[in-house]
Amino acid sequence: MRKDIDIFSIVKKLQAIRTLPVILLTITMSLILNSQAFAQDFGDSVFILPRMTVLILLLVFSSAVLLYTKWAKAGKKLFIRKIAGVDAVEDAVGRATEMGKPVLFIPGIADVEDIETIAGIAILGRVARVTAQYETPLLVPVRYPMVLAASQEVVEGAYAEMGKADSYDKDTVRYVAGEQFAFTATVNGMMMRERPAANIYMGGFFAESLLLAETGNAAGAIQIAGTARPEQLPFFVAACDFTLMGEELYAASSYLSKEPLLLGGLKGQDFVKVLIIIAILIGTLLVTFDIGDWYTNLFDVP
Amino acid sequence: MESFSFLEHFQIWLKAYLILSLFSFMYKDNKFYKLSEHVFAGLSAGYYVGLIWQTVIIQQLVNPMFDKGEWWLIFPGLLGLLMFARMIPKWSWISRTSLAFYMGSTAGIYLIQTLHGFILPQVLSTMVSLDPSNGFAATLLALIIVIGVISTLIYFYFSKEHTGFMGVTARVGIWFIMISFGAHFGYTVMGRISLLIGRVQFLVYDWGESIRQIF
Repeated sequence: MRKDIDIFSIVKKLQAIRTLPVILLTITMSLILNSQAFAQDFGDSVFILPRMTVLILLLVFSSAVLLYTKWAKAGKKLFIRKIAGVDAVEDAVGRATEMGKPVLFIPGIADVEDIETIAGIAILGRVARVTAQYETPLLVPVRYPMVLAASQEVVEGAYAEMGKADSYDKDTVRYVAGEQFAFTATVNGMMMRERPAANIYMGGFFAESLLLAETGNAAGAIQIAGTARPEQLPFFVAACDFTLMGEELYAASSYLSKEPLLLGGLKGQDFVKVLIIIAILIGTLLVTFDIGDWYTNLFDVP
Repeated sequence: MESFSFLEHFQIWLKAYLILSLFSFMYKDNKFYKLSEHVFAGLSAGYYVGLIWQTVIIQQLVNPMFDKGEWWLIFPGLLGLLMFARMIPKWSWISRTSLAFYMGSTAGIYLIQTLHGFILPQVLSTMVSLDPSNGFAATLLALIIVIGVISTLIYFYFSKEHTGFMGVTARVGIWFIMISFGAHFGYTVMGRISLLIGRVQFLVYDWGESIRQIF
């Protein structure tokens, strides 16, 4: 009996083959760069024993993430508590759809190398799926070329996933300006002229946070912000309807998508948080009784 | 004050025009603001092209390769070139290789950096002595640090509903977060006001002097 050809497994294999050079290149580059850095700081040594704690923590974290991801893929129900601001994202897109106005999404003003930008782009993917579904116009001004490329990929993918590839406009994601306040001035102008019904700020923001949020507020848009920068959060809290604080930004993408890989990451982080709390309590107790030097030295990594 | 040259007068008036037209946005969107906004965006785009060409392509790629023989830099150079594949729709998928490398390596590097440079020092700094013999103030401060860090961590724990003990602790955590926001808010507003003072000083002293000299 002829075995049926599984087209999806062939595609997956092809994708794996395509990914292999990237992984190999990453490892090679990392080894070259690391060996140079080690040579500068620690002579010829490649393994730095005093940094063992970092390695252990990394292995624990990675194992927890992988284990939770495996469980999520196996269909095990992983609980995540309600995050108010995240639910508001879909409501805001719905509001824009009803009003026939666009949604403005800013994935921060940091480059792709900033982890907040990656979190912002992940949320952008989810928002783009909803805007594609309801055919709501989406505006994504960006500050860096690499963010432009990554955001375009994500938004295009989201439209294709929703079967609306033809509705995707390449100008949805647009490069605005490299200079921080030139970017801000242009986006402020965009808010006043195009009057988006919902403004979503997710990523790394700096001094422009209040300028953007105040203008959006004046333009009458519902506003949801998320950033991990404590110095900018107060401004978003003051001027936006909902704010995702710190790690809620990173949790938002997994909360929205419920994808096993992202859920695993979030649950893995929670597991490490519990370990950290236990480590702090033990350390505080030992230090209080003056027998904690050996223990605190474990965390004193050069 | 020395009298300004024609070029200095021109620069001061141009700056004053751009400042005032950008400030005019506080009233409403207008043509002056729009012009300044486009000049600002256009200039910054052009400036960044020059800056990146000089500081990245020349100083970090071409010079090390040809002057120091660091030929391994050909790999990041090639990854950069692959980004141009985006311009050809049929081959645009190739640019994902560079993008995947950049985003993947960034996430990996940040994971180590955060563990090494942020989480471990924070854990270490939180392990403080609560021994009352250190004095009332020192013990109180130590207690605030321990409770503040743990309750804030619990606020950001997503695997359990914030009810009962978890809810009370998370509520304490949000108080610590809000107090920290208040401090940040005040500190940042002070910085912004100093920026405003700088612009107002320019308008009053430099532009004012230029007006006085011309008229």
